[in-house]
Amino acid sequence: MERLADYIVYNLPFLQQIPRVIVDLIIMLFFATCMLLFWVALFAGITSWVERRVAGRIQSRIGPNRVGPQGFLQWIADGLKCFLKEDFVPAAADKKLFLLAPYIVFAGMFAVFVVVPFGDGLIISNLNIGIFYVLAISSLVVVGILMSGWSSNNKWSLLGGMRSAAQIVSYEIPVSLAILPVILLTGSLGMQDIIRAQGPYPWQWFAFHNPFTFIAFFIFFIGALAEGNRTPFDIPEAESELVAGYNTEYSGMRFVFFFFAEWANLYIIAALTVTLFLGGWNTPAHLYTNLFGLLHRSVDVAGTFVFILKSLFLVFVIIWIRWTLPRLRVDQMMDVCWKYFVPFSFANIVGTIIWMVLADAAPVLGYVRYILFVVGLMVPLAIAMKITRNFRLAKSEIHLNPFI
Amino acid sequence: MATTASTDAVPGFRGTYFGRIKNAIISIMEGMSVTLGYLLQRPITIQYPDRTPKPVKDTLPERYRGILELDMKTCTACLACERACPIGCIKIEVVKDKETKKRYITRFDIDIAKCMYCGLCVDPCPGGAIRHTNEFEGSTSDVQYLVRRFVPPGERIEPAKPKKKEKEEAGAEGS
Repeated sequence: MERLADYIVYNLPFLQQIPRVIVDLIIMLFFATCMLLFWVALFAGITSWVERRVAGRIQSRIGPNRVGPQGFLQWIADGLKCFLKEDFVPAAADKKLFLLAPYIVFAGMFAVFVVVPFGDGLIISNLNIGIFYVLAISSLVVVGILMSGWSSNNKWSLLGGMRSAAQIVSYEIPVSLAILPVILLTGSLGMQDIIRAQGPYPWQWFAFHNPFTFIAFFIFFIGALAEGNRTPFDIPEAESELVAGYNTEYSGMRFVFFFFAEWANLYIIAALTVTLFLGGWNTPAHLYTNLFGLLHRSVDVAGTFVFILKSLFLVFVIIWIRWTLPRLRVDQMMDVCWKYFVPFSFANIVGTIIWMVLADAAPVLGYVRYILFVVGLMVPLAIAMKITRNFRLAKSEIHLNPFI
Repeated sequence: MATTASTDAVPGFRGTYFGRIKNAIISIMEGMSVTLGYLLQRPITIQYPDRTPKPVKDTLPERYRGILELDMKTCTACLACERACPIGCIKIEVVKDKETKKRYITRFDIDIAKCMYCGLCVDPCPGGAIRHTNEFEGSTSDVQYLVRRFVPPGERIEPAKPKKKEKEEAGAEGS
């Protein structure tokens, strides 16, 4: 980002007469707009359609398939509908807070994209405190949600907001603690440094590095789901209990902002998990970039492709989880966090420290990652076996074509 | 023992600390394999009305009781159907021309909105003039459009002459 700004200013001499701060600001705004228009908005919109299609197929339905080819334009139709709706403010609401809240939620989500990497060198700003910045800035979402719940002056909204605050504040602890082992192993908070510390092959990923990071991976992923208010932790917006939770009173554009943030959050969860635990943009070609310097750019493209592919797969897993698991009760949600995740993540940190000391002394421990990779491979295999068994018992046929 | 019994009574709180973790992992994987299995199956949705393999009307059974239809050419204005209708959704008016001494039907309305598709009007009809079709899509913008008028208002139609042979045939068929 800074390098790019330098490059642009260097090549366009007339920009040098304008104060550098203003040029930087304009370039930043330009990139933020590009990010919003060409990635975040597209992703959030299309994911809303994909999610509904996947949900449909999981429930033996079809899902939206009327607007455009296979219903692909459904998200535009929904967005337009909400654009045209009245932006309603309840009479008894705290008007200023009510109007402000969606933007705070959105800003808290969107600001994370500053450090979300897309490829080797393809990152808005490679902050040296990358992951710490994520933890700090994403806390803004809680403020927005609590604000919307409070200012709506509606008991459902308030309950949703309170639950959300309790949930996100609780889960920030195991999530932060689950990130620590990775930071210990990397020695840096920067996102690109964390990715560079891993390798292209699965057994080089941090998820399989040692038994403690293996557990930390699951704690982080599940905790991130809870922070993103995704099922099974969608207690703040529990449809069947709280109408729609904190966004009950919202309509029109402001409602879209909440949902926009929620779906864009999916990508953030997935991208962060990929960055921290699943090897990021590393491809086997990255090992040889020094040999073939000329191919460097195409390797970058391949890395970006790999990164987005992994992220999209995780997004699918999140959707899949949403349509499988029922919502947790509030006390169960707190149980999972405080009785299971927090002790385990503390143990993970201590364990990782001990592991690092031991691994220096005994290099044999390096082979544990292969065992863990095999263990990790067992999960999809077990699921595949269960599915084939279910298919055999139900005598049903596979229908892979998603377009019906 | 008492404490274990009380924890067992609460669903979801069974087992030891690590036992619960194991249960959670196994049951989540079991559930996720079930849902993924359904994702890979063909949805059972029938996309009525416009994307069915063939129109739903054509897939109905032969003796389907759809919206009533009347053949004015064979109707003898015997009023048997009107008398048979338990809810009175059939309204027939017959006038007699005093000069020619001929009977004319001036009104034959069937209120589809009231009709309960019992088929009692079809049985007594001597000429088989009134019968069920396989039409079932009766949605309109207003209830009054559901009244089917087989005699245009202001017109009068001469009823068919009853024939004995037909009457017997109809009686044999109608059941």
